[in-house]
Amino acid sequence: MTIKAGWEMVVGLEIHVRLNTQSKLFSGMRASYGAEPNTQVSFLDAALPGTLPVVNQKAVEYAIRFGLSIDAVIAPLTVFSRKNYFYPDLPKGYQISQMDYPIVGPGRIEIEVDGGSKVIDITRAHLEEDAGKSIHDKYDRYSAIDLNRAGTPLIEVVSEPQMSSAKEAVAYMRAIYTRVTHLGICDGNLQEGSFRCDANVSVRRVGDQNLGTRAEIKNLNSFRFIEKAINFEAKRQIKLVESGGLVVQETRLYDAEKNETRSMRSKENANDYRYFPDPDLLPIVVTAEMIAAQKARLPEFPEAKKHRYIQSLGLKEAEAHTIAHDLALSQYFESAQEQTKAKADLNAKFLLGEMTALLNAEGVDISQSRIDAHAYAGVLEALAESHISRKIAKQVIETMWHSGQSAAEVIESQGLAQISDVSALIALVDQVLANNPDQVASYRDGNDKMFNFFVGQIMKQTKGQANPVQTKTLLEEKLK
Amino acid sequence: MSINRKEIEELADLAKLKLSKTQASEVGVAMNDIKQMIDLMNEADVTGIEPMFHPMDAVQRLRSDQVTDQSHQRALLSLSAHADNEHYLVPKVIE
Amino acid sequence: MIQLSIREMAQLLRDKQLSIPELCSIYFDRARAFNQQTNALLKINCDIDPAELLQAEEALLDESKLLAGIPLVHKDLFCTQGMVTTCGSRMLENFVPPYDATVVSNLKDQGMITVAKANMDEFAMGSSNEHSAFGSVQNPWDLTRVPGGSSGGSAAAVAARMVPVATATDTGGSIRQPTALCGVTGIKPSYGRVSRYGMVAFASSLDQGGVMARTADDCGIVLSAMCGHDHKDSTSHPDAAWQWNLPTLKNLKGIKVGVVIDWIDGLNDEGVKQSTIKAIDTLRQQGAEIIDVALPHAHLAVSAYYVIAPAECSSNLSRFDGVRYGHRSIDTADLETLYVNSRSEGFGEEVKRRIMVGTWALSSGYYDAYYLKAQKIRRLIAEDFNKVFEQVDVLAAPVSPEVAFKQEEKADGVSMYQADVFTIPASLAGLPCLSMPIQSVHGLPVGLQLIGRYFDERSILNVAHQFQQVTEWHKAMPEAYK
Repeated sequence: MTIKAGWEMVVGLEIHVRLNTQSKLFSGMRASYGAEPNTQVSFLDAALPGTLPVVNQKAVEYAIRFGLSIDAVIAPLTVFSRKNYFYPDLPKGYQISQMDYPIVGPGRIEIEVDGGSKVIDITRAHLEEDAGKSIHDKYDRYSAIDLNRAGTPLIEVVSEPQMSSAKEAVAYMRAIYTRVTHLGICDGNLQEGSFRCDANVSVRRVGDQNLGTRAEIKNLNSFRFIEKAINFEAKRQIKLVESGGLVVQETRLYDAEKNETRSMRSKENANDYRYFPDPDLLPIVVTAEMIAAQKARLPEFPEAKKHRYIQSLGLKEAEAHTIAHDLALSQYFESAQEQTKAKADLNAKFLLGEMTALLNAEGVDISQSRIDAHAYAGVLEALAESHISRKIAKQVIETMWHSGQSAAEVIESQGLAQISDVSALIALVDQVLANNPDQVASYRDGNDKMFNFFVGQIMKQTKGQANPVQTKTLLEEKLK
Repeated sequence: MSINRKEIEELADLAKLKLSKTQASEVGVAMNDIKQMIDLMNEADVTGIEPMFHPMDAVQRLRSDQVTDQSHQRALLSLSAHADNEHYLVPKVIE
Repeated sequence: MIQLSIREMAQLLRDKQLSIPELCSIYFDRARAFNQQTNALLKINCDIDPAELLQAEEALLDESKLLAGIPLVHKDLFCTQGMVTTCGSRMLENFVPPYDATVVSNLKDQGMITVAKANMDEFAMGSSNEHSAFGSVQNPWDLTRVPGGSSGGSAAAVAARMVPVATATDTGGSIRQPTALCGVTGIKPSYGRVSRYGMVAFASSLDQGGVMARTADDCGIVLSAMCGHDHKDSTSHPDAAWQWNLPTLKNLKGIKVGVVIDWIDGLNDEGVKQSTIKAIDTLRQQGAEIIDVALPHAHLAVSAYYVIAPAECSSNLSRFDGVRYGHRSIDTADLETLYVNSRSEGFGEEVKRRIMVGTWALSSGYYDAYYLKAQKIRRLIAEDFNKVFEQVDVLAAPVSPEVAFKQEEKADGVSMYQADVFTIPASLAGLPCLSMPIQSVHGLPVGLQLIGRYFDERSILNVAHQFQQVTEWHKAMPEAYK
């Protein structure tokens, strides 16, 4: 969708990334998703009087790691502040967040849209605790509060308002998503809210230097919805302004079913959050050693990985791109490659071809594959050794999927190994030529197409197990 | 400049407190007295002085990422004046 | 018996001249008997908790555990597992914590026996103990007068020897001022010395747990057991563990005691002034060198404090929303009324006032002018102390500008706030300080404050201990409770 002529939109995103630590940001309570309601709540998480926060080291490390991955300045001294407001899923009546001294300073990330690239500046990223959950459909008259999520660590990544389309916003969100999943600091589970964002959207007439009044769309946790929500919101604002109305600065909620945004009543009042440094916590000093330790843990990012696949492994551009941009796929690819003599090119082609077709048919992604990288490497090995053809290999992985056997076992038990024995092949070739004198005569008369008929006959008799290269060579010799 | 009635009401709203008219005017008087006392700070020249948020000249200790706490679901919910066997309950919130 | 020191009681128990239940029953009886007049205690246990007794008997076998079997009360803002902890507020009238404060468990480990929870100003806000939701506390020296606050219940309980030891907390003077007004000895340690875990917070950057007892030596013994690093409290100092031992010297030779002359000259109460001068003179006679010093920014301390403390309190008290624990209004038509009614019914007037002040000081437009400025003044004050402690080892100062005042004499907040004018500066700087009884005025106790360098509790306890070796004021008791 393109925006109405004469208008442009300005979008900035605040992305909340849940860090996949074992314990919460300030308590020793388990931070995993999906437990029974209120069974992952410590006394601190329920804000019982007298309880005090202590900072999770891993969360700090993850934030530093993220900062390094976007070329940001890591603050040598960082401070937690309290953001004060009342809400039932916020037990303390304040959220411990960061205000004046965020751990990650300005950084940047490159995004690709429609073949071009653009750098988006990141204002800051800070550590904060998540709130609990309010459940509104359990009772008619009550909201039920589950504090399991309260206190789980997040980093909030704040971009500059530099995106000028919903597509760019999605590309930016994807770029950050790729970063945090590659860094291993976020499980990337969108359904569970591990990665969600608030979008600040405003519109202005083309050429206008001033930013329009923005509305904030809360809690978008799907790449598809964010695009739709932003487009809807921009359209709404343009229509509003064109009909003489004014955009109000407010928080809006996106309704995916109706594809519209609506004002959130509960967040109606512009709040005065009264930020101040949390006196229960001391400043965190980030040392050069801490930064160096995280630098050493930075993984290879997709752009670099793609480059390496092309340069050192000889992959084609398209295949390298697809594999490098999918963390699980690239890990599978590389793991298998380490365990086989097969060429990387064959690995990539088979992985993106037959293997992906199988996964699609089974409706799962590579991380859920029932054939692990080791077993898959066995298939590549058989292909490289010319024990089987790609056609047979497809059949082999289908069997492996259901039986759990290794490639060698499947090939052995089903007798699928290629016939590469020259004497056996010669006998076959002789037999086929003897049984089809007319076709031989036709070939010799110049009908070249007959050659494939002989190959087909041999394959038919061997159920495809004859080594095709050898078969062709032998046929050519015999038909000379 | 003294703290006016409207400000008092806004502050009470932020703090989730209800003040009767008499209370509000009492609080107003008290706050203006306090304000006068606090305004004494204006005599000090604090240019170039770093705020001292904490009396302890130390840095935050970091805890290793380990699960050390167990579920206290029953103990916690039993402290609440209104909870069912798995949730705290509040009057319906409309988002 | 009630004049015995901890060391003497410990000896009697070890020599089996007295059993733990015998010792405790004396105090349980006194606690029950005198509480009707003083209202110093909230919940008095019926008897020794069997588990505590078991732990005490075991601790008695350990020679180093001087506190085995010694009874005490806890200020009612220390969470006690299974025992109501009200913080002097309707808000927590029925709150039974599922955990012990670190201070409580540390003292249990030493074998101390909990007699009761001590009354206090609601959420530790007050200087007269008239702001408890469960009635004001009366000063045992004159029941028409206040015991001071906010740890007034702890001070009155020790003054009437309802217990030999009471825990207390100090934010801007809440240990020292009631200690002075009730004629007992009390120490507020350096910030970070004692864990704040399980202490219901008033102002996090100022609150510090401490102890009141008859003598400096008793305070030193209890403080040694209370303190130590706590991994549950980020503001607990890594080197917080500390041990008090009786000094070997019998005088104050070589000790430099600083005196802020302005403070003493400015005292309007002639009795307090003369007592203070005389006590300082006693220190001089014991060999201390008295040096005049100045704290040029200290007069701004009260102003800075009444920004910082309410600001922190307004945020700390937000958790009391009626949802998860504490008072919940029966009128809860919607979420807003649940919050507003529960909080307005649960909190008393002084608490509401401070929440309002704190909310205001942090609100946008005021933060820089008030909160930030106050924290800058705090640094100026701390630097004043640093300079002074380059010249002296200990500062001697008044605690309260006056003796215990009449109940309801100071209705208005600001005049009450001036009661803390001498105690607040050291609180802002996080320094250890102590108050000990010196000569009384018209039958009412006067205290002397000793302020030490950060983490130098030893020096102030030493000076107080030496003073108590040559004076008898710490032995004085109100006639009615002898």
